[in-house]
Amino acid sequence: MKLNLKIWRQNGPNDKGRMVDYKIDGVDSDMSFLEMLDMLNEQLIAKGEEPVAFDHDCREGICGMCSLYINGEAHGPDRLTTTCQLHMRKFKDGDTIYIEPWRANAFPVIKDLVVDRSALDRIQQAGGYISVNTSGRTVDANNIPIPKKDADDAFDAATCIGCGACVATCKNSSAMLFVSAKVAQFAKLPQGRVEAADRVQNMIAAMDAEGFGSCTNTGACEVECPKGISLTNIAILNKEFLLAQTK
Amino acid sequence: MTTINVKEGSPLQAHIPEGNLPDKWTIYKDKIRLVSPANKRKLDIIVVGTGLAGASAAASLAELGYNVKAFAFQDSPRRAHSIAAQGGINASKNYQNDGDSDWRLFYDTIKGGDYRGREANTYRLAEVSGNIIDQAVMQGVPFARDYGGLLDNRSFGGVLVSRTFYAKGQTGQQLLLGAYSALNRQIARGKVTMYNRHEMLDLVVVDGHARGIITRNLVTGEIERHSAHAVVLGTGGYSNVYFLSTNAMGSNATAAWRAHRKGAYFANPAFVQIHPTCIPRSSEHQSKLTLMSESLRNDGRIWVPKKLEDAKALREGRLKPNDIPEEDRDYYLERRYPAFGNLVPRDVASRAAKERCDAGFGVNKTGEAVFLDFATAIERYGKEQAHLKGLNNPSKEEIKELGKKVIEQKYGNLFQMYEKIVDQNPYETPMMIYPANHYTMGGLWVDYDLQSNLKGLFVIGEANFSDHGANRLGASALMQGLADGYFILPYTIGDYLADYIREGKIPTDTPEFSEAEEKVKKEIDFFLNNNGKHSVDYFHKKLGKIMWDKVGMSRNAEGLQEAIKEIQELRHQFWKEIKVPGKANEFNQELEKAGYVADFLELGELLALDALNRNESCGGHFREEYQTPDGEALRDDEHYAYVAAWEYPAKPYERYSKPVFPSESILHKEPLKFEFVTPTTRSYK
Repeated sequence: MKLNLKIWRQNGPNDKGRMVDYKIDGVDSDMSFLEMLDMLNEQLIAKGEEPVAFDHDCREGICGMCSLYINGEAHGPDRLTTTCQLHMRKFKDGDTIYIEPWRANAFPVIKDLVVDRSALDRIQQAGGYISVNTSGRTVDANNIPIPKKDADDAFDAATCIGCGACVATCKNSSAMLFVSAKVAQFAKLPQGRVEAADRVQNMIAAMDAEGFGSCTNTGACEVECPKGISLTNIAILNKEFLLAQTK
Repeated sequence: MTTINVKEGSPLQAHIPEGNLPDKWTIYKDKIRLVSPANKRKLDIIVVGTGLAGASAAASLAELGYNVKAFAFQDSPRRAHSIAAQGGINASKNYQNDGDSDWRLFYDTIKGGDYRGREANTYRLAEVSGNIIDQAVMQGVPFARDYGGLLDNRSFGGVLVSRTFYAKGQTGQQLLLGAYSALNRQIARGKVTMYNRHEMLDLVVVDGHARGIITRNLVTGEIERHSAHAVVLGTGGYSNVYFLSTNAMGSNATAAWRAHRKGAYFANPAFVQIHPTCIPRSSEHQSKLTLMSESLRNDGRIWVPKKLEDAKALREGRLKPNDIPEEDRDYYLERRYPAFGNLVPRDVASRAAKERCDAGFGVNKTGEAVFLDFATAIERYGKEQAHLKGLNNPSKEEIKELGKKVIEQKYGNLFQMYEKIVDQNPYETPMMIYPANHYTMGGLWVDYDLQSNLKGLFVIGEANFSDHGANRLGASALMQGLADGYFILPYTIGDYLADYIREGKIPTDTPEFSEAEEKVKKEIDFFLNNNGKHSVDYFHKKLGKIMWDKVGMSRNAEGLQEAIKEIQELRHQFWKEIKVPGKANEFNQELEKAGYVADFLELGELLALDALNRNESCGGHFREEYQTPDGEALRDDEHYAYVAAWEYPAKPYERYSKPVFPSESILHKEPLKFEFVTPTTRSYK
């Protein structure tokens, strides 16, 4: 198929940036979206032009490295899908596709479609862990039974891949879904309860300091999250935060 | 037997402690030197790579009190490719009371590796495996549990017990996030300085000791010097030498290969794992292959049609898999290996798939695919659920619905991934799978301390060669990465560092650092100014094709010799015609890839040489000349019970103008002594 691509090009954080038009032909419906971009880049290199910079790594939807705002949606038109798992069969011959980076104050553009998401790491460093040394000298793993439901809920929250789609899609650029996933994972587990109050307060303080916006419960994050992280986690975070404050 | 002229160097010593196998690690730990807490604060350690091995090592070393600098090429340590591991992690907990023990885990692993691994390392791995599970649970890793609240297990290939702990099909993700959380805690404490989007481009060696690295800041392009009292590489494997593999796009061998060029020996490069259950390739634009976890073989049955005409009809789209009646299906693994059935080790399953497809029974349009079918399991689970729910005479549809729910619980994310890629619903029609490159057992040579022949250079996880012999069993990579990082390296590195408590900071303004930095800069300049006619991917794809066709699942002397020649020609062309756009002092992904492929073009040649030198078949290394009458691998313990560790043949300067030939590498043998098990012919029948 033939496609018209409109791609955001920006040569570094201080460049103003602009949309640039590209035409591409011979796109196969079995190709992934990123393979289509690979093909474009090969053509650009052959013509002596600079290829489009974009982040990607595992290309199986788990590392969280890929991003892209495609036709106004984080990770494109599919639900529960990262950009790397999006395939060209979702598009038609002759389509125009707009491709932009994640846009949020806390995610400055590095180049073209690549943004700096290190703010998410810094939130995790503020409390996204259980303070246990890695000596191996803990109790036996089966000493504390955990109800299957709690373990499953913790797992569902823990599947967040830290891609930042929730932030990119939120009109307030809030990172609440991301933060709540980690808070909720540990809140569900007995091992995580010990530091629960400190964790939620420290992570929220770090989130605010990084310049993410506030949550107004629009739920857009849940819709666009490629891993289906539930809004329920934000409710859990709010509850944990309230409990911590009344302590 | 093809004899080739290989220059042989001095044999290697693994420094294995004395004593009975189960006592060695304890004896070792009791005898090594310790570094006091006050002195640990004076010692710096560089950790390159933040996957399971690197992140767990960096966190553990920082907890002990060392100053750690950690490096990752991705934008966060959480992105390392360990995250993609699906099926699980082994541990000899024997929670299922099915006869497991440290000894059995050790024995399965050394046998699974076709007796080309080191006894003492493998036993130690089994010994610490249980601690990993305890540790991970304390970190909040949400493993699967049963209704009583205790941990659940499943089974993996090559074993007869259920010892694999898992978190759906995302076990690697959950374990890596556990290690990442431990790392974050140390970053917050200031004990680990994290360098994201940084890439190691050279190892700095001072008086025979690893004393630092040269890195490139991938955002600004700045070339930096970092010094330390020891350097740890946890930089993963080299499957991407085949271009198409299940590895991430960025997975590369550059850190390991550049250490190799600086004198670290590279061991058993020919031992690569071709995983039997991957989604088959579909188009020439394909950039990577996707694994379908081995755990699926717990419930999926592998088959092809019995009749050639049915296979042909499937390929041409005239027949659907479900049209083929039960009696016309060949469940070839169950037929050939009744004892282990669909759960034979990976190398065996891969070769069996290739054998059927080569014989014309492939089921997709390329002829390179077999079925992995869940219909039987869906029915079995459905009946079980119907019974649990007290349903009398449930209909076929009811059973199927109930069964599908169980399958979804167990493998939901894998089924979804398959549907996204192939556009077929695997609950309704069998999956199609084919073998693909997945893991590399070979890697930098290390002794029992996980130390390279270069003093002060430690290598952990997939980047080293030590624990899996010629074939790794499923769910053992996560185990090894975390064992090395959490529980082994923190001890062994102390014994080395005890000599340097009076050393003080290692200066970076020395000739060794200057020279390394200059070489790195010159090569970058070469790439950007060469202005050739082909992109990096052009060469990478060509290399991948040579490797897959001639150094892949099945090898022979003639093909390997051709491969070496073709790789040399391709490398020559690469240095003449490579074209890298952009500048040095900016974010430049093509420049990053150019370095990876320059290294793969050397590594591929060494891999072929190692395969040519090893005149036997063992594990993942299958030489057509050496097989039993029924097509199984034929080992030669008399001549090849050794680790082949290769020394780089030349001074690693200006390879873009002065050709280097890895096929002239010098062979150092480490004889493998089996004192506690007797190597036998592996049988899974």
